[in-house]
Amino acid sequence: METPAIPVPEARSAVPASLRGLLPVLLALPVLALFQWLMSDAPFASYLLSVVGVNIILAVSLNIVNGMTGQFSIGHAGFMAVGAYISGVLSLNLKDVALSFLPVAVSDQVFFVVSLLVGGLAAALCGFLVGLPSLRLRGDYLAIVTLGFGEIIRVVVQNTDAFGRALGLSGIPQTSSPAMVYFWVFLTVLVARRITGSSHGRSLWAIREDEVAAEAMGVDTTGYKVRAFVISSFFAGIAGALFAHFVPIINPGSFTFVKSMEIVVMVVLGGLGSTTGAIVAATFLTLLPEGMRSLFTLLGAEGSLAQKVDQIRMPVYGLLLVALMLARPQGLFGTKEIWDVLPRWIPRKRRGLA
Amino acid sequence: MSDAQVKTLGERQAFPPLLSVDGIKVHYGAIQALKGVSLTVGKGEVVALIGANGAGKTSTLRAVSGMLKPSAGRIQFNGHDTTNMKAHQLVPRGMAHAPEGRGVFPNMSVQENLELGAYLRTDTSGIQQDLEKSFTLFPVLKERRKQMAGTLSGGEQQMLAIARALLSKPQLLLLDEPSLGLAPQVTEAIFRTLREVNATGVSVLLVEQNAHLALNAAHYGYVLETGEVVMAGPGKALLESAEVRRAYLGE
Ligand SMILES: Nc1ncnc2c1ncn2[C@@H]1O[C@H](COP(=O)(O)OP(=O)(O)OP(=O)(O)O)[C@@H](O)[C@H]1O
Ligand SMILES: [Mg+2]
Repeated sequence: METPAIPVPEARSAVPASLRGLLPVLLALPVLALFQWLMSDAPFASYLLSVVGVNIILAVSLNIVNGMTGQFSIGHAGFMAVGAYISGVLSLNLKDVALSFLPVAVSDQVFFVVSLLVGGLAAALCGFLVGLPSLRLRGDYLAIVTLGFGEIIRVVVQNTDAFGRALGLSGIPQTSSPAMVYFWVFLTVLVARRITGSSHGRSLWAIREDEVAAEAMGVDTTGYKVRAFVISSFFAGIAGALFAHFVPIINPGSFTFVKSMEIVVMVVLGGLGSTTGAIVAATFLTLLPEGMRSLFTLLGAEGSLAQKVDQIRMPVYGLLLVALMLARPQGLFGTKEIWDVLPRWIPRKRRGLA
Repeated sequence: MSDAQVKTLGERQAFPPLLSVDGIKVHYGAIQALKGVSLTVGKGEVVALIGANGAGKTSTLRAVSGMLKPSAGRIQFNGHDTTNMKAHQLVPRGMAHAPEGRGVFPNMSVQENLELGAYLRTDTSGIQQDLEKSFTLFPVLKERRKQMAGTLSGGEQQMLAIARALLSKPQLLLLDEPSLGLAPQVTEAIFRTLREVNATGVSVLLVEQNAHLALNAAHYGYVLETGEVVMAGPGKALLESAEVRRAYLGE
């Protein structure tokens, strides 16, 4: 008859509860391995895929704050930088260390994962330190503070020898792979989706809708906002750490305000609150410059235009954003997910689940 | 200290104590919004807090419900010192606050709004019962349970805000200007429902600019002026006092 008062997420399948968390991971691993094998002979495709993956992690994690919680963070690149530099320095220092009882490749991967986690945790800690004071207040404090944070990180890096100053940090072991990147993409999306479906997600939704009312209902608004922000920062740190292990050099130029805005654009384009929207937008906006580059190359404009792509990227983003605000202010998918907005003729069991 | 200046009219009907606010001060930066407000609400009592714009009515309610922290003074609720408690600690103790301007969740359905009212409750069957109860209290909400709250009329939104606050099963309901922007008939309907709610044992601390309505509905009333209580007395007595009539009833 009536819908139950509190919708409790129901068990959707006959999979035993003990396996339910593990099963998607088990299913994902072979796909990733296949992927890795396909990529092993195509360094550029593998690089591009990694960049797409890193941007997906960044957009999906920023969406937890800007979309699901309705806060406005514009310093995501700062957290990415923390992850990149902390894990980068760690990996540089552990370069010559190996676990003797393991094959070298495996040992390298173990150290890589450790340094990823350290980078992610360092970013999460920064997220906590930045988030706690600014999220206790309502309003635009978070935007101001995250903006400042991004700049502070950049200045610190530029003035620290251990971080290679403006020149950057090179020689970080290139232990990353598309498989590792997409494993983390998968984890990020899994966490984001789990949040949406949980009571945590309901609390964030209430905060986004009306923070005062949410507080009056007994939602611990500060606690939930800070937790969302810390989770988001953690994955930004992971994204940065992954990035540091597949590009030849990291320098402060990779983590500027422009990078932060790029991620904001991805989230807004996908639809604030939509995880699949963030994935689609991140993929699209990462491949867009590559597409333009190939197009110009095809058109024979080799040297000049093709190289200008990076310069015209931001104006193109800006135009896209303006066009979007005029045509579809809620973003591609609004707060919905892709299966909610797919055309009716595509049979999809979960469609209509708003 | 400001208690000395409170002009008290008539005899207060006796109720067991529930809420006692003692000399609270509230500052917003350099602005002092409350200069030491004291008031009490008994179990089963309806208390009105009236006053002009900016008198500090909303600030008083926000301090009571833990949405802002008073810089001085003490608040006791149900025998506990709750001065420094936050809203999420007070809701499970029986305090519900329907904030000024309704504050419904606009992109959630009526039903989802109501469910969030029961946010901290875990007794699913009790929630279901109370949901049905609120539909009896406000039949219009039942018709519109699937509608987005943001598309409800002002009166319906106010009903939703009250119904939602009641779903936390409060002992004390704090209501901030329920009549704001509503037609007289709608306001009357809401006040009639308030009496029904009160009859079930829920105490109400009601903030209103519509002094006539509020004092008529209340057992006891306080008049707030620039952050201080200047007058107190039974609702009827305040309604009859010359000062209140002049200042708040436009006579
Ligand atoms: N967030 C705030 N920041 C600064 N000043 C505030 C804030 N909230 C309220 N004030 C000030 O505190 C004083 C009391 O405000 P309050 O909202 O409590 O009054 P009120 O009696 O509820 O008024 P109204 O009838 O207009 O709702 C006012 O002078 C107001 O300007
Ligand atoms: Mg007010």
